[in-house]
Amino acid sequence: MKKVLMGNHAASQAVKLARVKMIAAYPITPQTQIVEELSEMCGSGALDAKFLKVESEHSAMASCIAASATGVRAFTATSANGLALMHELLHWAAGARLPLVMVNVNRAMAPGWNIWCDQSDSLSQRDTGWLQFYVEDNQEVLDTVLMAYAIAEKVLLPVMVCYDAFFLSHTYEPVDIPAQQEVDKWLPEHKRDFILDTNNPKSLNALVMPDLYMEMRYKLEQAHQAAIPLVNETGASFYKAFGRRYHAVEAIHCEDAEVVLVTSSSTTSPARLVIEEMRNRGIKIGLVKIRMFRPFPVEDVCRILCGKKKAVVIDRNFSFGKGGIFADEIRGALCNETHRPLVYGYIAGLGGRDITPELVREIVEEACQTKHPPSLALWKGLIK
Amino acid sequence: MIEIRIHGRGGQGAVIASKILACAFFSEDYYVQAFPKFGVERRGAPVEAFLRIDRQKILLRNNIYTPDHIIVLDHTLIEATDVTAGLKEGGWIITNAPDKPAHLARLKGYKIACVDANQIAAKFRLGSRSAPIVNTAILGGFAKATGLVKLDSITTAIRGEVPIKASENAEAATEAYQNTII
Repeated sequence: MKKVLMGNHAASQAVKLARVKMIAAYPITPQTQIVEELSEMCGSGALDAKFLKVESEHSAMASCIAASATGVRAFTATSANGLALMHELLHWAAGARLPLVMVNVNRAMAPGWNIWCDQSDSLSQRDTGWLQFYVEDNQEVLDTVLMAYAIAEKVLLPVMVCYDAFFLSHTYEPVDIPAQQEVDKWLPEHKRDFILDTNNPKSLNALVMPDLYMEMRYKLEQAHQAAIPLVNETGASFYKAFGRRYHAVEAIHCEDAEVVLVTSSSTTSPARLVIEEMRNRGIKIGLVKIRMFRPFPVEDVCRILCGKKKAVVIDRNFSFGKGGIFADEIRGALCNETHRPLVYGYIAGLGGRDITPELVREIVEEACQTKHPPSLALWKGLIK
Repeated sequence: MIEIRIHGRGGQGAVIASKILACAFFSEDYYVQAFPKFGVERRGAPVEAFLRIDRQKILLRNNIYTPDHIIVLDHTLIEATDVTAGLKEGGWIITNAPDKPAHLARLKGYKIACVDANQIAAKFRLGSRSAPIVNTAILGGFAKATGLVKLDSITTAIRGEVPIKASENAEAATEAYQNTII
């Protein structure tokens, strides 16, 4: 059934469809409407789940970890400073191999106090062991939360679904909500053996000596690597069930392209408009949407970008002292390839500033006309 | 693509109006995108909400700067803010106002439609006399003036989206449709 939904309600509808059993959350703009609607669903009985009000995001994550350890589906949502407060426990959730799902609505870190869109909050959690997805529209929000549980429960790793503050979270657009029985068929109840159970007491996550810790880390990385093909397989089975197809990386018009624009999240939408318009003018340009950031799809990125002249990356985030984070990951992926393209790293739209088709076009045209990137990070649209 | 901007005051329901209008257009097979002014709202302060409609998927993810039409929930905003900022030539301004108040003369060069949504809201007991809920009635005026969407689609969307007094809200839109001065 198609309905006009805001991105945040696309997320809460997905959580309901996934029959999540435990939700713990602390409100923070711009994600609040997700857990607001979930608490209403729990209150009315529309969703048979425990809703736990907690005093901080740190406690929200701790509660989700405990719930997930007992084998039930758990969920939380946060943004920016709330996510930062969870940091310690993000490592814990991944290390304990818990298939949690969290939505992070990408919001700028303070100060200056700013509630608007910026990816630096979740990207600065990249080394915690969570899988991370960056999605483009409200339909993809709903679909990715469902796929997140399927993937998390296969590789036993937590998944973060990230989307842009306001541009998605507060924007209403048509979303196809699948029927509950269809979702039940595709995402059956999750069962695993190794759980906390009072009838069969055991101690989890105890002291690990130097003789085994490294092996645990290696296994965690193996699970990340296993997630790469699994994401595309899950996308294919989702397509069969619901008719919408998703990949870790989406390549558009890249076959004959000399220059490839690289985007993530909602920035991909205006980029689609721009490359269609430029191709109509005979310019050989392609577009790559990086949907999965962790694990980073190194092979896909190299396969698509090698042999091209230029890769033009737009980052709505920044790693101080270095540059845009997607651009940096792409440079790292390509570094041992012989036929690698020049990588232009543009910074745009921080703190909720608009990324218009005009700005995207200006970036691409500037990169096309510049022989060599003048620096690692090219800031676009600064007030002069 | 058609872009619409709604001016109101915090608490008047400009955002809900944008969603109801989105649902009405969606029922007529448009692709829709509705969003509030990305910011912080305070009761009584000027607020804005936006709507894009198109026959194909909308791929813009930025604010609306040059709207095709404007809806004004409180005519005193015409003196307080520049409601015509960026408004395209030939665009409609649909405003909640008793008759045509003198300050509408400021809006020379635009097509103006007036509807006394305050009085209609009071008649159907929507909100209070001092703070009437006018966000549903004004949409009847929008349908009448622009002819872009059927009144039926508006009243069906109201019934689907308004949690209380749905029928009264739908009737208010119908009455506004019948009493819009163009």
